[in-house]
Amino acid sequence: MNIIVPIKQVPDLVEELEIDSSGKALDTEWLKYKVNEFDDHALEEALLQKEENGGTVTAIAIDGDDIDKALYAAAAKGADRVIKITGLGDNPSNHEAARAMANAIQGIDYDMIFTGVQAVDDRDGQMAILMAHYLSLPHVSVVTSVEVSGGTATVQKEYSGGVIAEFEVQLPAVMGIQAASETPRYVPVARVRRAMRGTDLEEVSAGDVSVGGSTEVNRMFKPESGQGAEMISGSTEDIASKIVSLIKG
Amino acid sequence: MSNNVIVIAEHFKGQLDDITFEMLGKAKELASALGGQAIAVLMGHGIKDLAGQMGAADKVVYVDDAALADFNPEAYSKTAAEVVKAQGAKVVMTGYTSMGLDVGPGLSVDLDIPMVAYVSEISGDAATSSLYGGKMNVESAVGDSCVISVLAGAFPAEAGKEGGAPDVEEASAPDLSGLKIKFTKLIEPEGGDVDITAQDILVSVGRGIQNEDNLPMMEELAGKLGGEVSCSRPIVDNKWLGKTRQVGKSGLKVKPKIYLAFGISGAPEHIEGMKDAELIIAVNTDENAPIFDYAHYGTTEDLFDLVPAITGKL
Repeated sequence: MNIIVPIKQVPDLVEELEIDSSGKALDTEWLKYKVNEFDDHALEEALLQKEENGGTVTAIAIDGDDIDKALYAAAAKGADRVIKITGLGDNPSNHEAARAMANAIQGIDYDMIFTGVQAVDDRDGQMAILMAHYLSLPHVSVVTSVEVSGGTATVQKEYSGGVIAEFEVQLPAVMGIQAASETPRYVPVARVRRAMRGTDLEEVSAGDVSVGGSTEVNRMFKPESGQGAEMISGSTEDIASKIVSLIKG
Repeated sequence: MSNNVIVIAEHFKGQLDDITFEMLGKAKELASALGGQAIAVLMGHGIKDLAGQMGAADKVVYVDDAALADFNPEAYSKTAAEVVKAQGAKVVMTGYTSMGLDVGPGLSVDLDIPMVAYVSEISGDAATSSLYGGKMNVESAVGDSCVISVLAGAFPAEAGKEGGAPDVEEASAPDLSGLKIKFTKLIEPEGGDVDITAQDILVSVGRGIQNEDNLPMMEELAGKLGGEVSCSRPIVDNKWLGKTRQVGKSGLKVKPKIYLAFGISGAPEHIEGMKDAELIIAVNTDENAPIFDYAHYGTTEDLFDLVPAITGKL
């Protein structure tokens, strides 16, 4: 089973987000990035499939802040190939990114594409489905289980309330992964450093990424806090007492 | 150019989902402002009766085919694209739901029009996305034509439930032979150890508890309060707690008397599942966490100090 895993970096939401001087985008100067958590699950699921059934895992990403580190980390975890797509400019839309990915993987022999079901900055739709439609491949998103047998995958998709729908999908196909069957593996920094020295980070150009128009951003703004919470402050003991009295009504 | 507003209706087990009515109410308002029609597209098998329930629409176009009996990403995407093309639309609304996710972005590619996702507000020619886990809003110009995926709970369902007698029209299905995806079955959740929807008090934990080893402390607090531990999505994805404990979009909707949120940031997907709790108290060291917009009381005190202090007073 050869699996391609598109990954991307997103702002780490633990940090405070600020708006830049254009009023339309995040101020990236102090922004900390991390791999989209669902892409981490997609990579994990791909590595598990490889461990069970053999084959290869290729991690691929659009060039951007800190992306080399993310790709080397994927290599350190077990990806066989890591590829960076260049020439897209700053902040490409997901439509453009999906088309660039579709172009870049044309020469690669693959059975499945696993990517995160969503990312916190998906302003124009989710990568898995966009890629699938540019590639004319079947897709299932919100996937929590993939079992492959021959040229078919049995795929579980989550609905609300914990109900699962099961599908049989002819490969090749694209899956938007919600959760891997194991917690994504951790890789120590030392191994990422070793991977940086021993891994060939391939670069390919984005190619033609014309898409059917994109919407313009008018403005970015922080959501108005509704009524908002009444904040409790003081010593730990004071706060605990206040909360206990609220609970006891 | 068409001024219609199309809603891709969602239904499950013979019932229209709330998201369908939430979108319909908004579609009606938008269509009348644009001078177009609010059109609901209903796909399924033996579903004609559901058309009459969508009185807020000017017209319901339904497609009845055995291949549409259960949701299928491929069959529904293909059919929706055909119907939308034939009707023409300025705005196509899909739910930001498990089913809607597999339809919306594909429609945008197949119809060659842009898309705006995670939308919580639409007014005039602009749609506002709730991005970065609810920490930033981004307003996009809708332009000539656009697919919009709508967050659950963004618009009131009541407006979409208003009576009326829509024109009901049948459209034929496109060629659905040779599909590469086959629906096989539904798997219902196992009756878990606990029913979190039946609790008066929930001690809910999120990513902020950092580590599985910190769960016993939360369980002790829940025990002393006569409640149960529930959680947000990342806790389940990391297998620290079972699916039956998950509150939110893909988990359960809860309405306890008291909801204590520890280390939960409050992404829209989580808020959807707990915003109706009677009393919400949120504990998060990030003073900008969106959960504080929904909580009645909040504190930025470190939960690892605060939880033992609360437990000690009970």
